[in-house]
Amino acid sequence: MSAEPSRAFHPSSYLHGGYTLASWLTTRDHKRIALLYMISITGFFFLGGAAASIIRLELLTPNGDLVDAQTYNELFTAHGVIMVWFFLIPSIPATLGNFLIPLMIGAREVAFPRLNLASWYIYTLGGIFVLITLLAGGVDTGWTFYTPFSTLFSRSNVVLAVCGVFIVGFSSILTGLNFIVTVHRLRAPGMTWFKLPLFVWANYATSAILVLATPILAMTLLLIAFERITHIGIFDPALGGDPLLFQHLFWFYSHPAVYIMVLPAMGVASEIIPCFARKPVFGYRTMAYAILGIAMIGFLVWGHHMFVSGQSMYASVVFSLLSFLVAIPSAIKVFNWTATLYKGSISFSSPMLYALGFVGLFTIGGLTGLFLAATALDVHLTDTYFVIAHFHYIMVGGTVMAYLGGLHFWWPKIVGRSYPETWARIAAVTIFVGFNLTFFPQYLLGVLGMPRRYHTYAPEYQLLNEFSSTGAGILAVGYLLPLAYLIWAMLRGKHAEANPWGATGLEWQTPSPPPQENFEEIPTDVPEPYAYRAVES
Amino acid sequence: MRESVAHFGSVTQAREAARLGVWVFLATELMFFGPLFFGYAWGRLKLGAGFAAASGHTDIMIGTTNTAVLLTSSLFMALAVRAIEIGKRRAATRCLWITAALGASFLGLKAFEYLKEWHEQLIPWLDFRFEPPALRNGAALFYFLYFGMTGLHALHLTIGIGIVCTFARRLRSHSPAAMRAQLEGAALYWHFVDAIWVVLFPLIYLVERHG
Amino acid sequence: MTSRAESVLHSASSLGRTVDALFLSLLGITGVVAIAVATLIVFFAVRYRAGSKADRSNPPVRARWIEICWTVTPLAIFIGLFVWSSLVFSDFYRPPADAMRIHVLARQWMWKLEHDNGRREINELHVPAGQPVELIMTSQDVIHSFFVPAFRVKQDVLPGRYTSLWFTATRAGRFNLFCAEYCGTDHSNMHGSVVVMQPADFAAWLAATPGDQDLASRGFEIYRRAGCSGCHEATSTVHAPSLVGLFGRTVQLSGGGSLVADDNYIRDSILLPDKHVAAGFAPVMPSYQGQLDEEDIRALIAYIASQRSAQ
Repeated sequence: MSAEPSRAFHPSSYLHGGYTLASWLTTRDHKRIALLYMISITGFFFLGGAAASIIRLELLTPNGDLVDAQTYNELFTAHGVIMVWFFLIPSIPATLGNFLIPLMIGAREVAFPRLNLASWYIYTLGGIFVLITLLAGGVDTGWTFYTPFSTLFSRSNVVLAVCGVFIVGFSSILTGLNFIVTVHRLRAPGMTWFKLPLFVWANYATSAILVLATPILAMTLLLIAFERITHIGIFDPALGGDPLLFQHLFWFYSHPAVYIMVLPAMGVASEIIPCFARKPVFGYRTMAYAILGIAMIGFLVWGHHMFVSGQSMYASVVFSLLSFLVAIPSAIKVFNWTATLYKGSISFSSPMLYALGFVGLFTIGGLTGLFLAATALDVHLTDTYFVIAHFHYIMVGGTVMAYLGGLHFWWPKIVGRSYPETWARIAAVTIFVGFNLTFFPQYLLGVLGMPRRYHTYAPEYQLLNEFSSTGAGILAVGYLLPLAYLIWAMLRGKHAEANPWGATGLEWQTPSPPPQENFEEIPTDVPEPYAYRAVES
Repeated sequence: MRESVAHFGSVTQAREAARLGVWVFLATELMFFGPLFFGYAWGRLKLGAGFAAASGHTDIMIGTTNTAVLLTSSLFMALAVRAIEIGKRRAATRCLWITAALGASFLGLKAFEYLKEWHEQLIPWLDFRFEPPALRNGAALFYFLYFGMTGLHALHLTIGIGIVCTFARRLRSHSPAAMRAQLEGAALYWHFVDAIWVVLFPLIYLVERHG
Repeated sequence: MTSRAESVLHSASSLGRTVDALFLSLLGITGVVAIAVATLIVFFAVRYRAGSKADRSNPPVRARWIEICWTVTPLAIFIGLFVWSSLVFSDFYRPPADAMRIHVLARQWMWKLEHDNGRREINELHVPAGQPVELIMTSQDVIHSFFVPAFRVKQDVLPGRYTSLWFTATRAGRFNLFCAEYCGTDHSNMHGSVVVMQPADFAAWLAATPGDQDLASRGFEIYRRAGCSGCHEATSTVHAPSLVGLFGRTVQLSGGGSLVADDNYIRDSILLPDKHVAAGFAPVMPSYQGQLDEEDIRALIAYIASQRSAQ
């Protein structure tokens, strides 16, 4: 295996179809576009992470002694805007989804390859707007852009930032459209709906949300920009408008957006866990229906962000009930992953460590969500660090953990080389420990009443904040490790086989890295999903 | 939206993908209007009196004429698709030009209406005046949404006209069979823009004229 | 320092106890579930690790009854929690009729409070223990949120309308008051305290007011000065509704429908007269937007409220 790299690769590997920058920037190959996305979102991830690091350093002490209040506000806004729209939302769909969906369904491409490339360019354009916003002095509204602060009071670059998010929305929409059509129309012969891997189901449901929810956000942001420029609009109470209208519209997008982030993560876990338990996923159909259930009910729960906003009590009660209901399919998924382990033959390779970490952290995040669904408790907990901890358990503990698990699982497929397993395990454990140390204390801070978005805080909160900041340091190291060894693996790692994990799924039936056309011949004999058999003993 | 079809198994598969793509696109388009419709519903509930007065102020003659113009254009669009299906290139081209011309006349009338409203100082962000002044806020909100909704609609129609003209020109050099899938997509889009207007028309012009 | 943290854990309001009971129950339930799931995962991971000699015969890939079981059980628990929580929540919206009204005006970045007798405070709110207190709140600029962790209450404070919040403090002491809705640069400095006093001490504190005019009589002056009396007095020639006995009454609206004349209704009638036009009257009242500030409006409402039983 110590041969020249290119010799071991499949002669028409997608990585070898031209080495020039231009060949990458004009590619229509979904696999190359996935890598373009991966590079961009990694950049934004570390940019957003840098903002978070300064925030955590500042919060080591109760006083504002590292940055001033305005800078602090710009930092958490930058962190939120970048992480939500430029990392989390595109994370799994645009990278792993782009790379894998055609492979998993036995297609040669996504339905509209040019559109796919266009979405990356749109994403990049949106990203440039956000970078310009930062260079021009940042924006201080929080990622939620609440009116009338954002429209009439903030003196920062709201319009620029809003433009960036508006633009990147179109990239989401086009990706979603592409995936929906791809899954409907390009499945290989014999790949019926209930043979689809759950990863495909998850991305399909995600695409539906992207297509239906993102336009609402886009229009709402446009109204913000317009109101800010002309001082006329539907959100200004002085003119008979209502700032709550903005909150309704914003959360009508932004709550489903949470499911945009976490559904694909569930898809990743559903691929990894059966593979390393050597067992079919427990209750495959239930899992698929649960994904659809979450996507649908997810559209009806936005008002639970507004229990203390001044919306009517009856609205709050209805949204509370629906929020409890959306927890049911999530609970089912956790139980089914656990049951998948039963009587399996479990090995603890690094992707499995990430996936099990995902299940644990997602469970805690989900259970604490119940506290926020309960109106009477939400009154106390909303807008405190409890909420911060809750959604970081879902989005970082859940989505980022699963994203990293997926990267490790499919890295041999993507780059055709394997990474150092020991380092990967060390990183997985470091991230798990660092994550919990960072965010668990924040639950306690929230229960004790520390509000979010606070540059300075009451001294009684200092001890827990110190724990949190220490954890953030460990977490940062944990995230830098994969960056180093995955890049190293791409350049120097040992050549990977077509199916190093002994996994099912069509993507493993083609060489690593896959040829440009994905398959030499489109597979026609599609097996049942997750046809693993445990080692009998 | 022309794509190479090499990755498709067959022409049929390519056409079905394109058609589904247009449908999904229209679903996303519909949601773009969502916040404006939501704002409208909210405004009517909260500032009903101002909304009623402002709605009564709109030019129903232009509104009705425009509705007729747009519906007729949809008819010609449907005729164009039919003509393509039975291979009549010249008829199809002619129908497309008529569709585009009707769309353009809609825009012309709309522009005239906007101009009229500008003269009457009914543009909320440009020195808005409304009698009686007590209803000013509701009326301003109504006109804000009016310009928002009709403006967004006009933008869509402009794009539609562009597409129809391009296809009418392209029909000269391409065979009707090759154009069929694309034209069906364009027709779906055109009917969608028409349907949006059919919703906007009563919301803007009719709602307060029931008495 | 820790004593302050403890003072938050030990709730200091009547609602706080019911909220904490719910919190602890939910904590118990979710704790059991979390531990159960974690234990199962660890147990399976150890027992069924690759190469172990565990029995793996007939591995289930689907079991209808168990899936139904773990769907229906959480559903039942959730509905129970939902009902309990909603009942507690509805208490937040039912201030006792004898609640003492205190007026809150939030602005970037301070809390301004005014008692009915005209005594004002900034960033500090004095209230008596054992007495229900209702805060009538509005904002002069952006959205703020009135949050007293020890009381388990929080309510956003919006510009352009009143929101309210009530509590009964159960023990004397000084408690943190935070702004919980991000409101700009000095958001984290928009904090203060709620000082709960024994009723007698509070009465003494309230009476020690440096000759301020009470709210209703200040309102009456504005009523005269701003010209309200020109139309709304019974002797006026203009056909405008009388304000005597208005507060708390049900008003019929010209577009059909009706509502109770509360703080928000009167406020809207002054600033956005076209929003709700009383039945039988023409919408001729001009808006007083820009002519009256929040404190004027508050005083006018207090005056109108004081006319509730004038005749």
